[in-house]
Amino acid sequence: MSWLDKIPQKIKRAVDSAQRRNMPEGLWHKCDACQTVLYRTDLDENLEVCPRCGHHHRLGARDRLNVLLDEAGRVEIGSDVTPVDALKFKDSKTYAERMKAAQRDVKEKDALIVMRGTVEAVPVVAAVFEFKFMGGSMGSVVGERFVRGVQDAINNKSAFICISASGGARMQEGLLSLMQMAKTSAALTKLSEAGLPYISVLTDPTMGGVSASFAMLGDVIVAEPNALIGFAGPRVIEQTVRETLPEGFQRAEFLLTHGAIDMIVDRREMRTRLSQLLSSLMNISKAA
Amino acid sequence: MSAKRLTPSKLTYLDFEQPIAELERRIEALQVSHDEHAALDISKELEQLQKKNTKLLQDTYQNLSAWQISQVARHPQRPYTLDYIECLFTDFQELHGDRAYSDDPAIVGGIARFKGIPVMVIGHQKGRDIKERQYRNFGMPRPEGYRKALRLFRLAEKFHLPIITLIDTPGAYPGIGAEERGQSEAIARNLYVMAELKTPIIGIVIGEGGSGGALALGVVDQLNMLQYSTYSVISPEGCASILWKSASKAPEAAETLGITAERLKGLGLIDHIVSEPLGGAHRCPEEVMERVSNAIAQQLKTLQAKKLPQLLETRYQRLMGYGKFKSTSEK
Repeated sequence: MSWLDKIPQKIKRAVDSAQRRNMPEGLWHKCDACQTVLYRTDLDENLEVCPRCGHHHRLGARDRLNVLLDEAGRVEIGSDVTPVDALKFKDSKTYAERMKAAQRDVKEKDALIVMRGTVEAVPVVAAVFEFKFMGGSMGSVVGERFVRGVQDAINNKSAFICISASGGARMQEGLLSLMQMAKTSAALTKLSEAGLPYISVLTDPTMGGVSASFAMLGDVIVAEPNALIGFAGPRVIEQTVRETLPEGFQRAEFLLTHGAIDMIVDRREMRTRLSQLLSSLMNISKAA
Repeated sequence: MSAKRLTPSKLTYLDFEQPIAELERRIEALQVSHDEHAALDISKELEQLQKKNTKLLQDTYQNLSAWQISQVARHPQRPYTLDYIECLFTDFQELHGDRAYSDDPAIVGGIARFKGIPVMVIGHQKGRDIKERQYRNFGMPRPEGYRKALRLFRLAEKFHLPIITLIDTPGAYPGIGAEERGQSEAIARNLYVMAELKTPIIGIVIGEGGSGGALALGVVDQLNMLQYSTYSVISPEGCASILWKSASKAPEAAETLGITAERLKGLGLIDHIVSEPLGGAHRCPEEVMERVSNAIAQQLKTLQAKKLPQLLETRYQRLMGYGKFKSTSEK
């Protein structure tokens, strides 16, 4: 890099840090979309949806489960399943190191949390991705927990819900991670045989191996507004076709108009909409 | 390409094969002059050079790195799906189209006979020359390719035809139209349907097993890999540009990703390695064809002897067994 290239970066850094100084950590949050400065607590209460423009910020797995499931009767499934570094994978860091760092920072053992419970009294098993854990990438643990969740749903005659937020397969597990696509998809054939519904909820982002397996296999596929959903990443596509991508490409609204998903649902209505769908599919009468 | 040997002047040599290339060209030149001047006896010299060359080939191919193997897997003269179909099958009737949008030439398939047994054969197809490569989209299927395969899977199931898939793709095509028409869904649907398809399925990775684009033909009862083929969650170049921020680190990425047949056999992810002739499948296609044919024949016999519920249960359990993790509880 020449000295010339460094100048704009330095200026940019100065600007960035000036902005950070104006934003005390924790108290305020600037909306990623409309730039409105919001009270952190307001944003929390609004499920990380901007009250001004409706932009859906990312929401952690535990928070999602807290919002989705009724308080009573929650049981976590597969929490004893933890990752190993089968390939002794190493780039600039080893996979073992990356895994440990993620476990320390995110306080989860891996990127998928599965819980049995109820949604407005409808029995469900919900599998939710934690995007902060290595980009929500799918390795052996994600696959195994997913499958155990599906099995639990079959055993307890529950519906299955998966809320995806993932960059795709976890490269650090090599072909083992690719095979999780086949494993998770196969498990869903048994759920279908048992006549139990599967709702797939796509949130920002749902890409690669997750998108190209169970995420697109829902009996009903729901997406959050503006979520990025696709097989190949936008940059890879741009480099391949050497064209600028159309406006809104791979966003939830784009998928809806192309017939790839059933509906777009605001996060604040998700619980009610899912319970309506599931109670009808399972013919469970609802209290008026 | 039919199953014939290539002479050194017709053979494409990979970068790491340059010493072999020099030697083989020298041998070829000597042979020509030997033929022209029969009086000169250089047969001893020739013999020595040939010995030296065999040793050089052996030494090189015994110690191939994962990155070098991926070069062999992508060799432009490597036998492709239609070459296998031509050599191993009779009565091949190609079936076209997904009945919804288009026919994707990156995937070919149809009904054929294998040693007299009616089967469905489906595979990725790459092109030999520039024109054909473009026509085949470098073996990168679009959703309609996977949906054609899906249609043929169902057709095979309906008429109890065993399925043989030949896997050879850099990956599913990352294009605008492919995304618009649901590339993800097309791949996902194949994984789902293959898991419960009521007929035996044998898969053979003959070249590049490129990620989800390969797996969409790869949910099978018996998975074979040619000795110098690769199967990976991401291309070494793609992995390197993400994790090392530089595609030039592809050799390192190839090594650590564990993409070779040997490594994957060790991980229990494939069932059988079909060995290749010295120097790779393209050097002696007829030898590879015969070995692939034997592997298919044997596996077909075993799979067809199984009752359907047992076949499907074994396939399911095999899928559920994928993955390495720690767990303190039983399922």
